[in-house]
Amino acid sequence: MTVLPYLVAGWIFLIGVYGLVTSRDLIHAVGCLAVTQSSTYVLLLAVGYRNGGTAPVFADAPTDSRVVDPVVQALALTDIVVGATVTALLLALVVQLRKRHGTVDPDALSELKG
Amino acid sequence: MTDVLIVVALLLVAGAATAAVLNRDPVRQAPVLSFLGLALALLFTFLQAPDVALSQLAVGSAVTPLMILLTVRKVRRRPGGRRRRGQAGGP
Amino acid sequence: MSARVRLWVFLVGAAGFAVLFAVACFGLPAFGTVHHPYGVRAVHASLSHHTANVIASVNFDLRAFDTLGEETILFSAVLGTVVLLRQARDEHRKDPEPAVVHPRVRRFALLMLPLALLVGLYVIAHGQVSPGGGFQGGVVAATALHLLYIAADYRALERVRPLTLYEIGEAAGEVAYVITGLAAVLAGSAFLANVLPFGTFATLSSGGTVPVLNAAVGLEVVSGVVVLLARFLDQAVEIEEPDDGSPRGAGNSGDDEDNGDDEDDERERA
Repeated sequence: MTVLPYLVAGWIFLIGVYGLVTSRDLIHAVGCLAVTQSSTYVLLLAVGYRNGGTAPVFADAPTDSRVVDPVVQALALTDIVVGATVTALLLALVVQLRKRHGTVDPDALSELKG
Repeated sequence: MTDVLIVVALLLVAGAATAAVLNRDPVRQAPVLSFLGLALALLFTFLQAPDVALSQLAVGSAVTPLMILLTVRKVRRRPGGRRRRGQAGGP
Repeated sequence: MSARVRLWVFLVGAAGFAVLFAVACFGLPAFGTVHHPYGVRAVHASLSHHTANVIASVNFDLRAFDTLGEETILFSAVLGTVVLLRQARDEHRKDPEPAVVHPRVRRFALLMLPLALLVGLYVIAHGQVSPGGGFQGGVVAATALHLLYIAADYRALERVRPLTLYEIGEAAGEVAYVITGLAAVLAGSAFLANVLPFGTFATLSSGGTVPVLNAAVGLEVVSGVVVLLARFLDQAVEIEEPDDGSPRGAGNSGDDEDNGDDEDDERERA
């Protein structure tokens, strides 16, 4: 249990990169990038977890209660939303590529260049 | 008890991530990504991160798969467009 | 590089990464460790600024400048998408045909729409008190609007969604954030410093500039996501590629079937 969350994060990263490397479809590749990205969230939150801690919100909890690390949560939180817009940008690039070159297969695209 | 829930959620996330990568057709990948978003949100809730879980739920299980499906639709809509390689046959 | 070479390069790299990462994992503090020096300091700083949600405090107070950076990435990514997905000169617009919606689906979607919108706005407004904030609530509220696409059709959505307004809203969110930062400078403090009175702990008016910056981000995220989805919907539903003369023959019937499926999926996802 002490390292399982970290190892899962590593696995998600590796499988995501594997998908990126072997992808024959850029839309699928963008999906794989989203998977790869989620590994960082798992790692960050796993680092910040504290046994028996509650969420770092004190609206109805005593101010001396034991909470998990809020800093890593803040990092992950903004990145999720920003990551979605970057995914959108990449998908827009795929749409443009399809318009200009008529394919979304990365191998076919590199063949175009000769 | 929490530990058990976290381990289950972790395995669920790892499985969903693997399935999302191995589904080569984006149309099939999108629902799996959506499920991955849900599993991640569950994991984050167990890790006492409701803020992150909310964010992940909205983005991971709705916005990203929706944009992927819209892109697929755009890309395959072209008149006379040929089907790509490595893609499974029609349903 | 051929696919085989690429796979081998990946496998070698992945093996190296796996070994180093696994070794590093055992060097990290154990999962669930009690010792969190940064966390403790962040909690202390947040409580001293009367912000009940420490995460909002970290984002909009302690690391407000970093969040400005994040917001700018969001802004530029949306801008880039808008530029890439605009209607090209050789493309034409075709009005989508009104779709038949099952009345039960329509009733449910129309019921959920105000509910989801309200939840989104609530989550934005209560960012400094309870879990939530501009980033999360913004996405919820923006997706909620798209329930109208499920309830009726694309044209109904277009009518309630003046896109220009959302484009302005996005820029306004970004500008409001910078102005709040500059206001702190004018008040004689540092850029983005928390200069407003901190208010009463765990109420809507607590946290000084946190709710202000939170609202700015909320506005930007709502507008940004609406604009993004609008551009993708435009491309997928309305904008037609120039016809290159090849009629849609029997060979394309498979594609048409696929399109039908995609549409169903979109509606499920949304």
